[in-house]
Amino acid sequence: MSTLKGRNLISITDFSKEEYIEVLDIAEGFEKNPKQKILSDKVVATLFFEPSTRTRLSFESAANQLGARIIGFSDPGGTSVQKGESLHDTIVMVSSYSDLIVMRNPKEGSSRYASEVSSVPVINAGDGANQHPTQCMLDLYSIRKTQGTLENLNIAMVGDLKYGRTVHSLVQAMCNFNATFHLVSPVELKLPSSVKMSIKDAGLKYYQYTDLKDIIPTADIIYMTRVQRERFPDPMEYERVKDSCILTASMLKGCKENMRILHPLPRVNEITTDVDKTPYAYYFQQAQNGVYVRQALMAAILGVR
Amino acid sequence: MENKKEMVVSAIENGTVIDHIPTASVYQVIRILGLESYKDEVLIGNYLDSNKLGKKGIVKIKNKHFSIDEVSKIALVAPFASIIDIENYKVVKKFKAEIPDHVENFVKCANPKCITNAEAVPTKFDVVDKENLKLRCHYCEKFTTLETMKFTE
Repeated sequence: MSTLKGRNLISITDFSKEEYIEVLDIAEGFEKNPKQKILSDKVVATLFFEPSTRTRLSFESAANQLGARIIGFSDPGGTSVQKGESLHDTIVMVSSYSDLIVMRNPKEGSSRYASEVSSVPVINAGDGANQHPTQCMLDLYSIRKTQGTLENLNIAMVGDLKYGRTVHSLVQAMCNFNATFHLVSPVELKLPSSVKMSIKDAGLKYYQYTDLKDIIPTADIIYMTRVQRERFPDPMEYERVKDSCILTASMLKGCKENMRILHPLPRVNEITTDVDKTPYAYYFQQAQNGVYVRQALMAAILGVR
Repeated sequence: MENKKEMVVSAIENGTVIDHIPTASVYQVIRILGLESYKDEVLIGNYLDSNKLGKKGIVKIKNKHFSIDEVSKIALVAPFASIIDIENYKVVKKFKAEIPDHVENFVKCANPKCITNAEAVPTKFDVVDKENLKLRCHYCEKFTTLETMKFTE
């Protein structure tokens, strides 16, 4: 029996390296055969206290394809939450109606708290700027699928490395696989020192850059993120640096053949659309992989894989 | 040890003396130990001369003894404090406040977006750096430091 049965997934560090691999292996099976009615006696609650497109739809698609029934809401308006019900009471109630709770909530730490008051497992689908572990799992899946391995890769992270939660989680997860990190960002949006510390603690190396061109020849994975105008107190600063993290098709000359470009989406202008047609673009398949990874997580946590 | 004749804060027959508290932390110590609602004598001295600290605070609590766990909470604001158990006007035990590995309930998370600041959730932290006093929130995973530290009411 899997060690994941009955577990919560709140933070990427909740799972061990072996458990990541186990989830990815299960997800591979679902990619080959995604429509298996193995959760037909289960009820999955999806509680989205703030809007989400990809995450909610891919969780619901994953649950539907496995035959589970879904209850929940995509907007707390019209529910008892709007009447002032506490998260505690909502979770206690919903956990008595369901076998698994998938929750997104803007309050940081809300998923950890929900897992402590719930009688059924909780999967964190994003708690504010804190954690979004299922995104990280699908990033790992996409890396392994495109590279054939997770070990010894050159991972370039580009854009907003300061506030991007997907970046922080992916760095933490990849520290298990002897990665070398190439960090490209405007000076204002460098990776926080606490995350750099986890790279050092793992005995691994990182290099920092301000120009995206510098990492093209060495990267196995280029993980792009959005640089948001509102992160800059001075609009002039934004104007000065905004083009330093934009990837165009012409920049890809001289990249490795195996290199693939990932992005947690939504994209704005940081990857120009001419990149989409190159063999290096992988971001849409990456989003699709989210369904298989979420199927694997639900099946493993509910004890049917 | 203070000379009895010169004692600014009266001696107690039985109870606990907390000595060598930084002057800025005396009232925080009172709050952390919940002494605001304690129904017996609590003697407070502040800005007393100290060889060690220059100026110091002292708190004497009559008829009350603390466990090491209870009293270790005050190490967050008074890292050099001495805790002295008194019986019959005599010192029976003396120990130092030590910063614990985990802190529950009485420190507020510095992150305004943390769930513990939105709902009645008791706070929990791991102390990740005792030297520079850095606490990591069990819920939002953000850090609270001495500069940003506030205590629950």
